[in-house]
Amino acid sequence: MNLVQAINRTLHEAMRADADVLVLGEDVGVNGGVFRATDGLYKEFGAERVIDTPLSETGIIGAAIGMSLYGLKPIAEIQFLDFIYPAFDQIVSELAKFRYRSGGQYPAHVVIRSPYGGGIKGGLYHSQSTEAYFCHTPGIKVVVPSTPADARGLLFSSIDDEDPVLFLEPKRIYRSITGEVPDAPERVPFGRARVVREGSDVSLFAYGAMVPPTADAAERLAGDGISAEVIDLRSLVPLDEPAVLASVEKTGRAVVVHEAPRFCGFGAELAAILAEKAFYSLKSPIARVTGFDTPFPYALENVYLPSVERILHAAKGAVRGS
Amino acid sequence: MFLIRELISGAYVAAPPVVMVEGARPTITPVTVEGEGLSPERLLEAYRLMVLARATDERCLSLQRQGRIGFYAPLMGQEAAQVGASWALRPEDWVFPAYRELAVALARGVSLRAIFDQLIGNAEDRIKGRQMPNHFGFRDVNFVVASSPIGTQITQAVGAAMAAQRRKHEIVTISFFGDGATSSNDFHAGLNLAGVYQCPTIFFCQNNQWAISLPRERQTRSATLAEKANAYGIPGIRIDGNDLRRVHAAVQEARARAVSGGGPTMIEAEVYRFGPHSTSDDPKRYRSDAELSAAKQRDPIDRLKMELRAAGRWTEDEDRALWEEVRAVVARTFEAAEKAPPLDPRSVFDDVFARLTPRLEEERAEYDALVRDGVLKS
Repeated sequence: MNLVQAINRTLHEAMRADADVLVLGEDVGVNGGVFRATDGLYKEFGAERVIDTPLSETGIIGAAIGMSLYGLKPIAEIQFLDFIYPAFDQIVSELAKFRYRSGGQYPAHVVIRSPYGGGIKGGLYHSQSTEAYFCHTPGIKVVVPSTPADARGLLFSSIDDEDPVLFLEPKRIYRSITGEVPDAPERVPFGRARVVREGSDVSLFAYGAMVPPTADAAERLAGDGISAEVIDLRSLVPLDEPAVLASVEKTGRAVVVHEAPRFCGFGAELAAILAEKAFYSLKSPIARVTGFDTPFPYALENVYLPSVERILHAAKGAVRGS
Repeated sequence: MFLIRELISGAYVAAPPVVMVEGARPTITPVTVEGEGLSPERLLEAYRLMVLARATDERCLSLQRQGRIGFYAPLMGQEAAQVGASWALRPEDWVFPAYRELAVALARGVSLRAIFDQLIGNAEDRIKGRQMPNHFGFRDVNFVVASSPIGTQITQAVGAAMAAQRRKHEIVTISFFGDGATSSNDFHAGLNLAGVYQCPTIFFCQNNQWAISLPRERQTRSATLAEKANAYGIPGIRIDGNDLRRVHAAVQEARARAVSGGGPTMIEAEVYRFGPHSTSDDPKRYRSDAELSAAKQRDPIDRLKMELRAAGRWTEDEDRALWEEVRAVVARTFEAAEKAPPLDPRSVFDDVFARLTPRLEEERAEYDALVRDGVLKS
């Protein structure tokens, strides 16, 4: 089963299990979503629970908040993360703050699913990784699966959770990554990183679509006699700090990989945490392999995106430089 | 039986002529409303409530100047619109307010003490001191917590109405907003969604003529705000917001239409903001005293008082006594609220999420250590 199929199946099961769960967004109903993530839901659950909305992201999220306050469990789809900005006000000013600003009287639990990331020839507006904007906002959780099983487990957890969740889907690997998915509705808890590969010389941190090239790099490093540990963060907020620190305390070296631009990207926070809490374990400077600090380019996306070669280069530099 | 056909879009107020495409206006099914408005006793009660709101406003402006509250956004001039609209609702209906809805909260049954606790941000404050004054919320009376961004509550009210529709609850949601909000994204998104899904919601616009310093005629080229609803296939009506009974009837009819499956309504209640936008604003910079004086000729409180007096139900003596009593109650209630204990500083970390994340636990421990070590005072 591939990643988008796992999401689709999980949505079906969650909607069967709880009549309060509903899906809304652009083209999610009759059309089944532009990536087919919601395919079949409309047929099974009807227009009342699979709501094709007018083209307004602020309308989608604002309405989802209202539904949630009233007691439903809306799952809103933003067709591409690049199109989320009309809803930014609703997300950061409203959704993320409802519980806090009401003194706990009005928690708002909306799950926002959104495909993100590059590598599909999507250019400026179908490629970006803007997770950092949301990670910077107190009150919303941010998770990113990289395998079908994690997509399933994290999506179940997102729907169960009592807080707003931004569920980012690495669209570049929607279909290219396949894997076993448990039949049981197993949850993957938030705030737990996954050790993709154990190692002792250098820690490679990645999430979403950057996990496969990072794992490939580790494999090649092994051929060069370097033992790399690969950690899939899965959950950016809350972050599994103990796993991050434990890995670097073991290896003494850290490379952070993400697609988003480097400046103030999630890697900056990770590097800061390591500098604050694992400084004396570090044998070499922390390296970041990220998108460049440019808008996301169309024709030259392979120049922009972190590649196996760049990850290898950074990891070798970390090991040899110490 | 009460029909308010005359209120239907643009027909009521003599406004500049509007060019409309023939047939573009949605058909409105007039709805029979039971109960026929407000009884004479109820009118008197409304008057008392409006006086309470006005006296509270006056007191709060002065308390802010004395530094006893940090900020205040007065509603003076909008009392009839707020009380009239609120009393056409039922307790099970949901209110999505902006930050100027003191009289709505009072009309929903919120105590003055609870309002003052919020203005002060003390330990009794229902929202735990999390927001500036006026941004209160009271779950027990379905008064959703307000925020500062303009118009965001509009789409939320639509979503809650969609949820009520799905649950087959016979309720309405109502969003309160001002003339400025009709330029916001969420106004248009919200009206559009509500038109598409025909959900039971009321868009209640208090057009108080000023969005801080921007006058109504610079906010939009539209002759009326209500006509914007027409473009979304929603009835838009424009009424005199200083007329308590007219407001009440309009909301009552909109409510009846909504719960009977007739869809949403937008109501533009024309009022005037007598006070500043907030205590941080000086309206002398942008509007004339003459304009304000003219607007005050239509003061909703004076208007209701004159009506009650003309009906022989109220005297000047009773009025003086009422004001005296209300002012004393307001002062006393505020002084009592001032005596409530302050918030626990450690509560700053609560309610970000349902439970403290490890990171927030760590930050709270960091704060505790700073207090313990004397770096910060607790």
